Amino acid sequence: MISLDNVSVRAGAFRLEGIQLLVPAGEYGILMGKTGAGKTSLLEAVIGFKSVVAGSICLAGRDVTHMNPAVRGIGYLPQDGALFSTLTVEENLAFALKIRRVEKERIASRVRELAELMGIGPLLKRQTHGLSGGERQRVALGRAMAFEPRILCLDEPLSALDSETREQILQLLLTIKRLNQVTILHVTHDLGEAKRLADKIFRLVNGKIEASDTALSGIRDS
Amino acid sequence: MSDSIDTDSIDSVNVQDDFSMRNAWIARSNQLFAISFVLIGSTYLLLILGMLLADVAYVLDQSVSKAKNASSFWGSMLADNPISVSLRDPKIQHSIWLSMISCTLAAILSVVFAVPLGYVLSRIPFRGRNLVDAFLDIPIVLPPLIVGLSLLILFQFTPFRWVARSIVYQVPAVILAQWAVSCAYAVRTMKMTFDQIDPRCEQVAISLGCTRFQAFSLVTFPEAKLGLLTAFTLAWARSLGEFGPLLIFAGATRMKTEVLSTSVFLEMNVGNIEGAVAVSLLMIAVSIVVMIITRWASYHPTDGKA
Repeated sequence: MISLDNVSVRAGAFRLEGIQLLVPAGEYGILMGKTGAGKTSLLEAVIGFKSVVAGSICLAGRDVTHMNPAVRGIGYLPQDGALFSTLTVEENLAFALKIRRVEKERIASRVRELAELMGIGPLLKRQTHGLSGGERQRVALGRAMAFEPRILCLDEPLSALDSETREQILQLLLTIKRLNQVTILHVTHDLGEAKRLADKIFRLVNGKIEASDTALSGIRDS
Repeated sequence: MSDSIDTDSIDSVNVQDDFSMRNAWIARSNQLFAISFVLIGSTYLLLILGMLLADVAYVLDQSVSKAKNASSFWGSMLADNPISVSLRDPKIQHSIWLSMISCTLAAILSVVFAVPLGYVLSRIPFRGRNLVDAFLDIPIVLPPLIVGLSLLILFQFTPFRWVARSIVYQVPAVILAQWAVSCAYAVRTMKMTFDQIDPRCEQVAISLGCTRFQAFSLVTFPEAKLGLLTAFTLAWARSLGEFGPLLIFAGATRMKTEVLSTSVFLEMNVGNIEGAVAVSLLMIAVSIVVMIITRWASYHPTDGKA
């Protein structure tokens, strides 16, 4: 579950005020808004890169409002993937587990599992440079899911991809959604993406969230 | 109808004429532009080349004129040329050793300070960051003599005064003076390096469970390796070329605080131009090696991303 209660965040020159947002456990929430509406700022507040001015953030039943991002247990996928370029694909996938001092055998089996889910088995020994845009997103998504987080935060994961790759990654996200193990908050400005993936859609307009149910029904009617 | 066709064709002939004239004029103007820029630019290139070749020619000329009177021409060319003579001189040997050691220590110190400074300036927003950034340029823009004088004056004050006897006009002063200037170049380089590395990578590492130090040491620092090499070599080269601050703060005592740049000055002072040029040639060779390393490293700024 991702729950924001009356959250206020500074976003550049303006402020997001009184944000209410609830994505129930296992559901797929999409946060929409125009460029500059503050979507990324709100996502950063959830992850913990940005401190909130007021209100509280609960993730999977824990109040994390003032917690360090490192302990919030969120798998984070930034727009460009932001792969660790000095590590191989395999080392990228294993990163979160190594930090947690998981035993070698368990890391190896989890990496195999992720590689299969993401369809990147043949890439494991490769360096990250030279990977295509789609491959990079698959690796980054695998890296974010490696430690089995209960929350995934995706920042425009499809916007830098060509239409064919976009469809493939979208299918991958649908697969992850069907596995029903994580609660997802996905930021995008693309309505088509939102319609196909979302259980709940939140629109960020003028620093406020428009009621999610009306937003969704409005989209379904159109 | 026919009238209008005629005027049309006349017009189009005029237009065509105008066109080709303008075309020719533009072509000539472009040619002139290219030629003048190449000429102006190449004058400076020729000056650089001329300076280097003059040094080499001078040393060769001296060697040949000595070798002509010697019993074995090639033996004398090899043994009595100004570079070999300088290399045999214990004073120059001392100066080479001191230069290598002091430059290396100054460069290591520079990098040790430049990594955190460059990182903070690049990543952590704080009030007055631009001011601090500009402040760090002061050693670069300050006249070198003033750096030396300011260091000397600084060591008149407590607590520096307590250690002044073992630093000023001693070997530590050489390293300190070299570091005071070269560190500013290393900071610039490290800041640029960190600017080029995507801060998102570090954020991802933190979200995956890293402390800031882990994120820095496991993700950002490995990506900054080549930048670090550039910063080190640049600081090393700056230290090698440093002269003004050394003269004032460390003095130019033979066999004590004499480094290569001081040697050139001292040899000139005693009228040994050959020796001065020979030492210069050694320094030119080292500088070119440094330039090649920094060039190579800056073509691969963040390991793989280039």
